[in-house]
Amino acid sequence: MAADRKPSQLFRNLNAKVAAIPMILTACVVFVGGTLWTITYSFTNSKLLPRETFVGLEQYERLWSSNKWLISIENLFIYGVLSLIFSLVIGFLLAALLDQKIRFENTFRTIFLYPFALSFIVTGLVWQWILNPDFGIQKVVRNLGWENFTFDPLYNAEIVIYGVLIAGLWQGTGLVMCLMLAGLRGIDEDIWKASRVDGIPKWKTYLLIVIPMMRPVFITTLVIIASGIVKLYDLIVAQTGGGPGIASEVPAKYVYDAMFLSQNLGQGFAGSTMMLLTVLIVLIPWAYLEFGGKKHG
Amino acid sequence: MNTFKLFLAGASLLALSTSAKAVDLEVTHWWTSGGEAAAVAEFAKAFDATGNKWVDGAIAGSGGTARPIMISRITGGDPMAATQFNHGRQAEELVEAGLMRDLTDIATAEGWKDIVRPSSLLDSCTLDGKIYCVPVNIHSQQWLWLSNAAFEKAGVPVPTNWDEYAAAAPALEAAGIIPLAMGQQSWQTSLAFQVLVVALAGSDVYNKVYGDKDAELAAGPELAKVFEAADKARAMSANSKVQDWNQATNMVITGQAAGQIMGDWAQGEFAVAGQVAGTDYTCLPGLGVNEVIQTGGDAFYFPVLKDEAKTAAQGELAKLMMSPEVQVAFNLKKGSLPVRGDVNLEAANDCMKKGLDILAKGNIIQSPDQLMSADSLTQVNDLFVEFFNTPSITAADAQKRFADIVASAD
Amino acid sequence: MVDLSAPTSAPLATAPSRTEAGPSGRKPRRSISRANIFLYGTLIVFALYYLLPLYVMIVTSLKGMPEIRMGNIFSPPMEITFEPWAKAWSTACTGLNCDGLSRGFWNSVQILIPSVVLSIAVASVNGYALANWRFKGADTFFTILIFGAFIPYQVMLYPIVILLREMGLYGSLTGLVLVHTVFGMPILTLLFRNYFTSMPEELFKAARVDGAGFWGIYFKIMLPMSLPIFVVAIILQVTGIWNDFLFGVIYTRPDLYPMTVQLNNIVNSVQGVKEYNVNMAATILTGLVPLTIYFISGKLFVRGIAAGAVKG
Repeated sequence: MAADRKPSQLFRNLNAKVAAIPMILTACVVFVGGTLWTITYSFTNSKLLPRETFVGLEQYERLWSSNKWLISIENLFIYGVLSLIFSLVIGFLLAALLDQKIRFENTFRTIFLYPFALSFIVTGLVWQWILNPDFGIQKVVRNLGWENFTFDPLYNAEIVIYGVLIAGLWQGTGLVMCLMLAGLRGIDEDIWKASRVDGIPKWKTYLLIVIPMMRPVFITTLVIIASGIVKLYDLIVAQTGGGPGIASEVPAKYVYDAMFLSQNLGQGFAGSTMMLLTVLIVLIPWAYLEFGGKKHG
Repeated sequence: MNTFKLFLAGASLLALSTSAKAVDLEVTHWWTSGGEAAAVAEFAKAFDATGNKWVDGAIAGSGGTARPIMISRITGGDPMAATQFNHGRQAEELVEAGLMRDLTDIATAEGWKDIVRPSSLLDSCTLDGKIYCVPVNIHSQQWLWLSNAAFEKAGVPVPTNWDEYAAAAPALEAAGIIPLAMGQQSWQTSLAFQVLVVALAGSDVYNKVYGDKDAELAAGPELAKVFEAADKARAMSANSKVQDWNQATNMVITGQAAGQIMGDWAQGEFAVAGQVAGTDYTCLPGLGVNEVIQTGGDAFYFPVLKDEAKTAAQGELAKLMMSPEVQVAFNLKKGSLPVRGDVNLEAANDCMKKGLDILAKGNIIQSPDQLMSADSLTQVNDLFVEFFNTPSITAADAQKRFADIVASAD
Repeated sequence: MVDLSAPTSAPLATAPSRTEAGPSGRKPRRSISRANIFLYGTLIVFALYYLLPLYVMIVTSLKGMPEIRMGNIFSPPMEITFEPWAKAWSTACTGLNCDGLSRGFWNSVQILIPSVVLSIAVASVNGYALANWRFKGADTFFTILIFGAFIPYQVMLYPIVILLREMGLYGSLTGLVLVHTVFGMPILTLLFRNYFTSMPEELFKAARVDGAGFWGIYFKIMLPMSLPIFVVAIILQVTGIWNDFLFGVIYTRPDLYPMTVQLNNIVNSVQGVKEYNVNMAATILTGLVPLTIYFISGKLFVRGIAAGAVKG
């Protein structure tokens, strides 16, 4: 193909633009369109079917006066922060260990990754059993002689969200490890050679050279984990059903329940609008720094 | 016997529908467990016998899973031929939007108004004087299931009403038995509360609170009594750490727990475990205090279709579901009560017979699904699941919040 | 500067000469050292955490229901039975159709292959265009796309029903494949864009100088060098689409229902007896396809080392 020296503005990168048409359509029609649609209907009193009876901010007033919604937000925050930290740390650690020319790399990788293949519904069910005080870990430890051992996170409203975290990490860290491993495999051999020649300890090489080089991988991972956190729903339903009481409710469940159990679409849309707003507040400054600030060389 | 009757039913219907061409009808529902599927099979068998074909579209998980799918299919312009919903107000808007078929002609021709008992079932299918659904069964919730073995172990007689049961709690606890089994899901706690309202405050109060949304009554002394009982129930179930209702039932079956407040579908669990009503377990309708049962249940709606042959087959299916033979066959498998009073249910077990008696006496109330919107009911459910799991909420606090919900309910 | 025609063979030849610890290369031949004990020790501890639930699942799937009711989830089965497996695969009922998971298996395959291929193809080209051929406004669309990753699916159910209905694709396989492509796009595009961005830019510039165009560079340079990230993308998509239940059931017709409909019906029955052993067997069976892909992809991962090493 002949190099286009001085093309007009519109036809510059024509191939790239043509190739990006699906992306542009998806972004504009589905995501922007769908979001606007959602926001519009959040101001209505739509019940089972969307309808255009506008009621102003009524749905939002009810949302923020609902105890369940407030608990949902708090849970999402705790789960989100801890899940981000632990996923990244464990995922990177496992990837770094697997990258040490070890034996049985395939076996270990498959072991760490397999939970990702199983549905959240069953992940929730199995961990519900394992954490059940009457026949899970607590029972086993008590049978071993520690009579006062107590470990019942799913039945204690104070710590139930940590019980969910254990299951969530089990399911999700394998993928993070995989992403990190892909990133590590993309690191140039020469970097390692150079750092060895300079006598830099390995951990320092990781911390000061490799991790900064893997910045794009970390961003990808961050978005994957974070979007998973925001959408956290199935696991809660299967593992705790939002209980005990409403102690482990999360926003996505609030939205889903409002839409399909309560048949109150308007309330569900109000909840999801708040979720999307929060995402926007976090995302826009980040996107500006990430893409807007610097120009491609 | 049943097969023979069915054969007759099928044969007679076949004779009736000579002109109609054989067509495939897709029917969606959320009956997927063993007993439920067997019950649906009765419908399918009878329908296939008319020369048409029942195409089964089962999706498990009623509220959260199946309903959005059904609604999407109907609004997406590619509807199934028939679909299950609960009685009551779930499908109201689909009907208003003109997406559901008007069955009034068939209902009039078949005289459903005279057959269906209690008549409130048909009222729930009616909007602006037109009938849009076929009620197929009655499920009631007002049951207390007790483990005879647990009471024997605790050395107290099996109670005959709620007060005796509550009084036996200390003895049960002393024997290491959890007095009341309760699943953690919100609808279960809410169910227990409704049952307490009907049993302890009476059907009138229930109707006024849930039906007329009388917030003053909800805040008054009669309900305060119920909330105290709920507080008691909360203490009795403090050590019950299970999620699903059938896990809770299993605690009663194994004698780990003494009792459970649950709907008549719990019978299926006892039956599977080989337990016999009266000897192994005891059932107390209306908690033994106020023998009233609720008439919730399932109904089938028929979306409007363009295809004429299919529309004709829809009508046949609707008639068939109401026919005596199919009603008996279906409900025996389902463990629920038939919607018509003129059928014979000699195969029913003790507990089911108790239910039939109460039904015959007319001691019935409508289910919350029929009285309140799903939205308000979810708020009620949320309140009770929080109440039952948070000892720091007092009965008075909970009552105040309940009255607020009732005041704003629709 | 880089010989593009033979990207794989040369770098491996240098590997055996290295003796120091490094991130990649041939399998080492070393005796047990303290570092190794720490290394394998940590891996084994983690492996136990990951394997414990699998153990519970397998053990449970081999027990009969009476044994499960007795309630020790960790104890090995007293009497091993394969009945739950047989039942989950071929006789468990969805309403009246009692042919188990096998019923939807081919439907799932039929949905999986075009969805995975199309979504990855589209997203990798997107990522490539965004990383190397940035055009005006591209970042705006990309930011919107990332935002899309955070929208709960449930909220989009009805708008998409309307969209597909207007396009005349409601109820068809094409419609479902498009839906999977659309919802896979944000994360996958990000994945590819960031991977391609982290590749040395000199490579791209050199190819431009040599006169290669948009597609030429994509197929000849980018594709061969991005095996690890393709593996990750495949893992993500295969798992997501294979386990998808909601889209499959809402946007298609019953004759196209994926096997997760059956899994849902086995696992998610609201009333009646829960057969935990069949649940577990059904889950493991359903998970086998993604698991197999993971296992195969392991080898590709290792080959990714070789591809990655070309960059030197």
